[in-house]
Amino acid sequence: MSKYLLKRLFMSLVTIWAVITITFALMHSVPGDPFRSESKMPPAVYENLLSQYGLDKPVPQQYVIYLGNLLQGDLGASMKSRVETVNDMVERGFPVSAQLGAQALLIAIVFGPALGSLAALYQNKFPDYLSMVIAIIGISVPSFIMGTVLIQFVARNVAYFPIGGWGTWQHTLLPSFALALMPLATMARLMRSSMLEVLNQDYIKTAKSKGIRKSAVILKHAVRNAILPVISILGTTISNLLVGSFVIEKIFGIPGLGRFFVQSISNRDYTLIMGTTIFYAIILVAMLFIVDIAYMLIDPRIKLAKEGR
Amino acid sequence: MSKKKRVAVLSILLVLALVFSACSGGSDDNGNGDDAQPKILRTNNSSEPGSLDPALAQGTHESWVLDHVFEGLMKKSQTGEVVPGMAESYKMSDDGLTYTFKIRDDVKWSNGEPVTAHDFEYSWKRALDPETAAYYSYQFYYIKGGEAYNTGTGTVEDVGVKAIDDTTLEVVLENPAGFFLELTSFYCYFPVSKDVVEENPDWAKDPSTYVSNGPFLLTEWVHNASITLSKNDEYYDADMIKLDGIEFSILDDENTAWQRYEGGEFDFLTPLPQTVVAQMTADNNPELVIGTDLATYYYNLNTEVKPFNNLKVRQALSMAIDRESIVVDVAQGGQASAEGVVPFGIPDETGADFRDASGNHVTYDAAAAKTLLEEGLAEEGMTIEDMSNVTLLYNTNEAHKKIAQAIQEMWRTALGVEINLENVDFQVKLDREKAGDYEISRAGWIGDYIDPLTFIDLWVTDGPYNDANFSNAEYDAFVNTARNSTDQAERMEAMRNAEELLMGEMPVIPIYFYTQPYAQKSYVTGVYKPVNRYPYFIYADIVQE
Repeated sequence: MSKYLLKRLFMSLVTIWAVITITFALMHSVPGDPFRSESKMPPAVYENLLSQYGLDKPVPQQYVIYLGNLLQGDLGASMKSRVETVNDMVERGFPVSAQLGAQALLIAIVFGPALGSLAALYQNKFPDYLSMVIAIIGISVPSFIMGTVLIQFVARNVAYFPIGGWGTWQHTLLPSFALALMPLATMARLMRSSMLEVLNQDYIKTAKSKGIRKSAVILKHAVRNAILPVISILGTTISNLLVGSFVIEKIFGIPGLGRFFVQSISNRDYTLIMGTTIFYAIILVAMLFIVDIAYMLIDPRIKLAKEGR
Repeated sequence: MSKKKRVAVLSILLVLALVFSACSGGSDDNGNGDDAQPKILRTNNSSEPGSLDPALAQGTHESWVLDHVFEGLMKKSQTGEVVPGMAESYKMSDDGLTYTFKIRDDVKWSNGEPVTAHDFEYSWKRALDPETAAYYSYQFYYIKGGEAYNTGTGTVEDVGVKAIDDTTLEVVLENPAGFFLELTSFYCYFPVSKDVVEENPDWAKDPSTYVSNGPFLLTEWVHNASITLSKNDEYYDADMIKLDGIEFSILDDENTAWQRYEGGEFDFLTPLPQTVVAQMTADNNPELVIGTDLATYYYNLNTEVKPFNNLKVRQALSMAIDRESIVVDVAQGGQASAEGVVPFGIPDETGADFRDASGNHVTYDAAAAKTLLEEGLAEEGMTIEDMSNVTLLYNTNEAHKKIAQAIQEMWRTALGVEINLENVDFQVKLDREKAGDYEISRAGWIGDYIDPLTFIDLWVTDGPYNDANFSNAEYDAFVNTARNSTDQAERMEAMRNAEELLMGEMPVIPIYFYTQPYAQKSYVTGVYKPVNRYPYFIYADIVQE
């Protein structure tokens, strides 16, 4: 198993390097640059800015310099902000996004599979319909609509919820909920279908016929097997939630990391584009790695297959 | 599989969730302030400033804050006159080239040190220093030797700004720029403390090291969340300031910001969502104010591409646009339909509005436009059908799209011309305009100073922003007069002639003049909106009912 892990670790590093290289190349092939805007900058000042940020060098050379700095953990200076470096922005933004993401994840993990299981156990009865209506709303209503609706109808009318902004715990509630809805719904639907499949398996019937309590059958035998597909989407879900959502952060005015993903691209803030992308890639790769391990722990078949080879 | 393993998996997930949630402290915002004694005006600055160093400012999200924490040699009074600020008086030489400012002797930096002429000399030269790479360094090109120093062809010694002594500043200009006094109230020209900046280059990053000289002081800056200013009790005219502070939230979503205004969390708000402006206008809501703005929205016609080399074609396209309908039915943001390229709000030599005095240069006449177009196309050996290859280029944005669609439709119905629309990223649009790779393109221009020249000199031959590639010797001569004459009447006359000539040639089709609508609660008074700045709160007050 350790050999397998080492191999996975190596592949993860290669993946991250590939992401860095491809992003770097794509970014420089898009027209425009950080300093050309509607502002009426004379060519001389423009040249000064380019040389200040090393953009006057050939792109391959910039790439080598960038990699060198990156290895020392330096993500560089933002080309738009003279106040914060990219490291500062990530350090400041990530805890905010991660707190929001973790809360949303908690909501999704607690309610998603539960809702899905409930629906499967009461197939074609009221709880099934109710959970699936929630799931369909969660999947089909985009977060910018959900966010706007929450602000317009909940925050405006309930004094407990502030209208956007960041600071207290109250500020986190509505955006966490808005953020949780989509993964919650996805998990509920996955859980429902895999639960239905599992419930029809022979071993469940066997367990039932042996006279084991219904709750024990469901929790010990059914849920454990049915949860596998949910676990497998967890890697992407967690990384998506943790690095923040552009839409939710924009609508609720949250000073997180998510907004930088889109802003940096439209600003052509090269260092910030690289910084956020690399950061996201690392989290994503790490999560997928952890989920793989979790999968092996839960499902003995995977481990056997690997060891059998 | 054992119970242990299940516990292990669950704990991995939980630990992850906890690790990443970490702690995220943050300041508590003090809510609505129900029984607020201090008068804090709460509003929204749409994006995080890139820097609060006057030399490094890039746009309104920086300058709105700077306008309140700094003050230049001159300032704007509550009624818009340019009056002495840090300077108590000034003298202009007869040739209009040399200004001598006398700095007040009771003005202090927020660290208690006096503001001196040396600070001004240092600040302006610093903004021109190529090493500083200031975005707006070109605003100092009116000063003798400024452009040469900034572009690396001259030296700092030759820059025409010099502190004669602690309170006397002498400025020599390249040309007699009639708008120079007004320019010294602009944020690029704000002074910074020489001692502070030399000692700590990072002074502007943190409120604790931030030193300024304006009516308000920076007290807190929570990145991407809020900026708090408090009244400067040491300001020489502190009695005039009624507010105890200003709180700028940093919220880039217009709709959320509007909800906060409606919910009573903001006292003042700009910009407003376009739908809100339309609704408030329809309701005659007294909280809505349409502020003037020094900017024009127009379409470039690439005069080097057929059929736009033909005057009649250009005129026909302009004549077929119903600007009133665009402003009222499409833009709906309180804009004023364009009557030329120079917007409202600029005084001429008599003090009257330049725009009002020079009249309307554009007409709407669909029938005449059709005839003109057919004649023009015939001259070029083309037909209406050939126009279906024409593409209107605009940068991706909902508002630009609506206007482009409206104009596409107007040209279709009035002229029978089917043009194509193409939206691209803003940067791509700029690149294509520079390369001449377009036929019609959307553009906007924001004036740099309050004088028609800031618009008129755009279309001088080979001007850096002359994307229509317009070239006319007579026009260039008018611009030259406007740049160099010290006689205001002569200058204004030249610019009136220039605009008339330009609108006759129509290399650009002006669509509308921007405005800046804002909303203020009934208890907010004394807000003054300079034509080229965001609203000033310097003279504002909050009046409790």
